[in-house]
Amino acid sequence: MFVALRELRYARGRFALISAVVVLVAALVTFLSALTAGLARASVSALTDLPADHLAFGMAAHDDKPDLTSSRVTRDQWEQWSWVSGVRHAEPLGVVTTRASAHGTTVAVTALGVRAGSMLAPGGAPTSGHVVLTQRGAMALGVAGGDGLAIDGVALTVSRVVDDDQQLAHTPVVWVWLDDWQTFGARDGDGGPVATVVALDTDGSAMLPAADARVGTTTVPIADARSAVSSFTAENLSLTTMQAFLVAISALIVGAFFTVWTIGRQGDVAVLKALGASTRYLLRDALGQAALVLVGAVAVGTALAAAAGSALADVMPVLVSPATTVAPAALLVVVGLVGAAAAIARITRTDPHAALAAR
Amino acid sequence: MDLHLNDLTLVYPDGDAVLTAVDGVTLHVPAGTTTALLGPSGAGKSSLLAVAAGLTRPTSGNVAFGEQVVLTSSTSRADATRVRLERVGIVFQAPQLIASLTALEQIELHAHLGGRRPASVRDEAMQLLDAVGLAEQAHRRPAHLSGGQRQRIAIARALVGRPDVLLVDEPTSALDHDRGTLVVELLTSLAHELGAATLLISHDASTLGSVDATVRIVDGRLAEADSLV
Repeated sequence: MFVALRELRYARGRFALISAVVVLVAALVTFLSALTAGLARASVSALTDLPADHLAFGMAAHDDKPDLTSSRVTRDQWEQWSWVSGVRHAEPLGVVTTRASAHGTTVAVTALGVRAGSMLAPGGAPTSGHVVLTQRGAMALGVAGGDGLAIDGVALTVSRVVDDDQQLAHTPVVWVWLDDWQTFGARDGDGGPVATVVALDTDGSAMLPAADARVGTTTVPIADARSAVSSFTAENLSLTTMQAFLVAISALIVGAFFTVWTIGRQGDVAVLKALGASTRYLLRDALGQAALVLVGAVAVGTALAAAAGSALADVMPVLVSPATTVAPAALLVVVGLVGAAAAIARITRTDPHAALAAR
Repeated sequence: MDLHLNDLTLVYPDGDAVLTAVDGVTLHVPAGTTTALLGPSGAGKSSLLAVAAGLTRPTSGNVAFGEQVVLTSSTSRADATRVRLERVGIVFQAPQLIASLTALEQIELHAHLGGRRPASVRDEAMQLLDAVGLAEQAHRRPAHLSGGQRQRIAIARALVGRPDVLLVDEPTSALDHDRGTLVVELLTSLAHELGAATLLISHDASTLGSVDATVRIVDGRLAEADSLV
């Protein structure tokens, strides 16, 4: 990188310009990535944080796509699941988005109904007439342990507030006893208790498709169950598409810059070849230069976005983690290098004979 | 080491016809001497130099350094590049310096191209800069040097690594007579000192008082025999 490093210093204005563009793109991609993850968490963390690995949906027809709003499972179904070989725990879970009121404040919440003794609620299931609130829900309603609240008009008491921050469809979670949940969450009931899904904790040996056929449910892994939340897919797809476009634009910008830059130094390349520089040496030099610019600018952009994301975490649903910072940064560098490589490839076609021409 | 151009011919396609730029040229330049190649524009001077430097493959004939044939019509680009790097110094018509490098770095570059640390040739590079009278300008970039200074840097760059052969393409074309004469004198003395067989192309015979021999080329053929002065 003898020439490349000195070119970076010599043409610092031009390289500062492209670096600034890459910094901004990297910051935008990283922030969008953190926002996407944060929104996804706000959309489905109540499901993904469950101590279970699969959810069994009770859909009207076997080939219906799993969907929380239309799924319904009966006592008979969750009891059948608890006898399936390889299933350690099968717990009914009622899910309904409704309204909670306290001290004159009404907020939208997701009420999750669990049986007494269920392992699904953090720190243990609530008892009859009681609820467990997440911190976010308690703050929204302005209540604490021992206070009263009403869910869809049903008066209940807050037994405790937990630090966990589970949400579903951007609403805070309220854990309630499944029998209480029946009064505002059960749909189309035939008299017996129902729930929305069965949360399964398996040991990996369970024959899930066979059990599904026998029980009349549709079982999906927890990660796939996210698409059962209708808002998640549309939201996630929109933001992911934006990120993909930004990454593609970044590659084009870097490619365009290095195309112009390489055309501008064709004369130098011809001279270097005439002096005895191999094509491999020149490609390595130019690609190393592009890598330095990309890694430096992407690192700065990612750091800026990570810092901004961390600072805004209390007011925006952003999730700063290696997956939302390092992964998109690595992708940007790789895609940028591909763009640069396509531009730099013209070095192979430069004729050293051109060095004999006066310039 | 002597430079031998043996029956070199270079034919270009020219529309539907062909153009013979170099036509059976045989020339011998002894080590440590400078031979000037004179001729009108389009006579084939630069084509002959391009073939001698391995920048263009000859249609037939070969180039030998001493007894060793180094360039033929079948020599690969990679092999020709290696020959240039290890055994040939080239001074171009324009100095062709790299804008981002200082005078010293222009010379150190040769070591880096050869896979060595640039600093490993720093002493030699400073000696060469001193020899061309530019040791004081070692850390200046081309933009801060005059045309004559740039050409002298280019000469120093061509001589680093003590090449067997020095090929020089119209080094005085952008200089006035006096400065041109000084540049040719510098080249011939350095070539003699370093033992490089030097082939120098020029259109201006008045600056060539210090060369060892002159040869005239017309229509791709040598018009006069090699005549060592």
